[in-house]
Amino acid sequence: MVGLRLVNISKKAGKRKILKNTSLEILDKELFVIAGPPGAGKTTLLKTIAGLIAPDEGEVYIGDQMVNAVPPSDRDVGMVFEVPPIYPNRTGFENIAFPLEIKKIDPNRIKERVEEAAGLLQITHLLERKPTTYSGGELQRVALARVLVRKPRVLLLDEPLKNLDAKIRERTRVELKRLQREFGITMVFSTHDQLEATAVGDRIAVINEGIIEQTGAPEELYNSPKTVFAARFIGSPTMNLNECALKQVGERWVLDASDFDVDITARAQAIEREAMASELLLGIRPEDVILLNSPDSGRCFEGKVELIQNFGDERVVTTRVGKTSLNGLTGKERVFTYGQKVYVKFNEEKVHLFYKKTGVAVM
Amino acid sequence: MAKLVVKNLRKLFGTFEAVKDVSFQVEEKETLCLLGPSGCGKTTTLRIIAGLEVPTSGEVFVDGVLVNDVPPQKRQIGLVFQDYAIFPHLSVFENIAYGLKVRKVPDAQVKTKVHETAALVDVESILDVPGKKLGLSEMQRVAVGRSIVLDPKLLLLDEPLSNIDAKARERMRAELGKLQKEIGIATVYVTHDQLEAMTLADRIAVMRNGLIEQIGTTSEIYDNARTLFVANFIGSPSMNLIDCELIYSEERAILKSGDFTLDITEFAETIRGKPKGKELVFGIRPEDVSIDVKKTDPTAVEAEVQLVEPLGAKSIYHLKISGVTVLAKGYPMADVDIGSKVLTTFNKDKLHLFDKKTEKAIF
Repeated sequence: MVGLRLVNISKKAGKRKILKNTSLEILDKELFVIAGPPGAGKTTLLKTIAGLIAPDEGEVYIGDQMVNAVPPSDRDVGMVFEVPPIYPNRTGFENIAFPLEIKKIDPNRIKERVEEAAGLLQITHLLERKPTTYSGGELQRVALARVLVRKPRVLLLDEPLKNLDAKIRERTRVELKRLQREFGITMVFSTHDQLEATAVGDRIAVINEGIIEQTGAPEELYNSPKTVFAARFIGSPTMNLNECALKQVGERWVLDASDFDVDITARAQAIEREAMASELLLGIRPEDVILLNSPDSGRCFEGKVELIQNFGDERVVTTRVGKTSLNGLTGKERVFTYGQKVYVKFNEEKVHLFYKKTGVAVM
Repeated sequence: MAKLVVKNLRKLFGTFEAVKDVSFQVEEKETLCLLGPSGCGKTTTLRIIAGLEVPTSGEVFVDGVLVNDVPPQKRQIGLVFQDYAIFPHLSVFENIAYGLKVRKVPDAQVKTKVHETAALVDVESILDVPGKKLGLSEMQRVAVGRSIVLDPKLLLLDEPLSNIDAKARERMRAELGKLQKEIGIATVYVTHDQLEAMTLADRIAVMRNGLIEQIGTTSEIYDNARTLFVANFIGSPSMNLIDCELIYSEERAILKSGDFTLDITEFAETIRGKPKGKELVFGIRPEDVSIDVKKTDPTAVEAEVQLVEPLGAKSIYHLKISGVTVLAKGYPMADVDIGSKVLTTFNKDKLHLFDKKTEKAIF
């Protein structure tokens, strides 16, 4: 069963095209993430689902029903905004109960549902207090509770963690994922933070300038990006991307990035013919850049350590090879110093290749 | 002689004690990061150093000179603010030259100075571009350039990366790191983002409630957190911190939390007599908890996977072990998913133990 479906949605704001023929299928009870940089069209997409924006073209389906003509209040969709509009002079309870009161639901039922939602979100202690005393995280959870009490079929969250402190964000993202499972609802969540996207999403759509670049499970996006944009967006530290040319050297096939090269003879079968004559981008994830203190028997390239970023359990070591800077990821047991000479080699079977012009993956 | 000495700084706002008793030094070419959650006193400390706030008591020495009574503009301190404060209608050249012009430096000298600085912060090619047309990373470099053109003895940076989306922040963090190495000016950097602090600072001062909880290199703070607060604040995801008690049974020392037990007899000598209270907290970083796929370790304990957060190169596994939730961080495992029963092992060499009452580390 399909939870939600967008078919060829286009939307303009003035002359700017925000959504360009965008299509999406979101499964029932799925936690679906729309991830992209600021201005990519994430909020517009969510508002289109909620019915707060009417698309210029295209169709929105909830379940099997086309809802283009259905007003927002009848769509059974709840939306939580980045900055939730909470009534400052009402208590937490009154804020959460508000949507049920409008519907004239029995006060006992209201109390039950508010308490249930508050319990799940661990905000029972906030029910008697007014929003002025809440922290950013608490405010966000009260807003979420207010939407959850309505028990919508679909819950839309627009960058719900954006304004929270790093530590609270880490915890809240787990809570949201747990909540979505417990409530068994379809949740659509937007974020500019790729780490958040892969951490919470069952599936993710990477969106860029109104176009869906790729949709897939987190592992799929990370291991097999279909476009340069998706490759660059997903993963931190970012994938190394360098111009290269595909060359045949005797029996071997080599990706020549001028300062270094990568032997991909083993995967030559998978490469399209036209790649030979095209400008290409070689993509290497930092964990596939291996740093050696002395050259080994394999092919490796001399470089100098340019920057060391200590993440506690890992280090990102930037190495200068010729004119190219390459990020490598290493464990904390390795010690590096600035200016140190190192030898770089690559996990050759893991490299990615894209057409420079179209950004599409070659293999 | 240290470039900056801060001695017993205290600052009251009315009755609120924003800074209680803060002392530290910054050596030549060193970057010290003041890190802590909002309200910890880090920004107030920075503003006192800059001369924008007057301390209630305490002393600030720049290059050996007491500057408490020196007005901000005469302290020879460069400041870079959160929003960079670039003049939109002035060109990059004029932005960088601004401070020199104000100080009535002769034109010829201004020109030389600006070009030198522009080369250092890599904005030579955009000297004619007006401020409003700059990208974020260019603005950052111009802002730093504008400060260092005046040959400051000290550079202060106030959350320079806080308003930037995640992907751009990653890039600019690395750029700022390289820039710092090139400029080589003693720097105090304020942030609430532990990742930023860990990757950019030579040393970190972790602040809470107007006090420095711990000061040290990234590795020192990450590997040997001296308080519960530091242990929890540094590292992403946070260290597992589990309330427990220490019991001795049949000559074994055992940490017990409900049904969960961990044999730490090998540390019995180290901790003998140290725990003052009965209530303890043991800590272990997620990367020091492993899922034992090969099932070879006889000490491995059974766990159920509750949640998986794929982060690309690594994944976070939320495990339930005898009623206790423990996070493990490791390479993605395709066959481990929600509901999986797995065996886990703890790297006991990396164990932390805290006294719950004093919040201080026992080891």
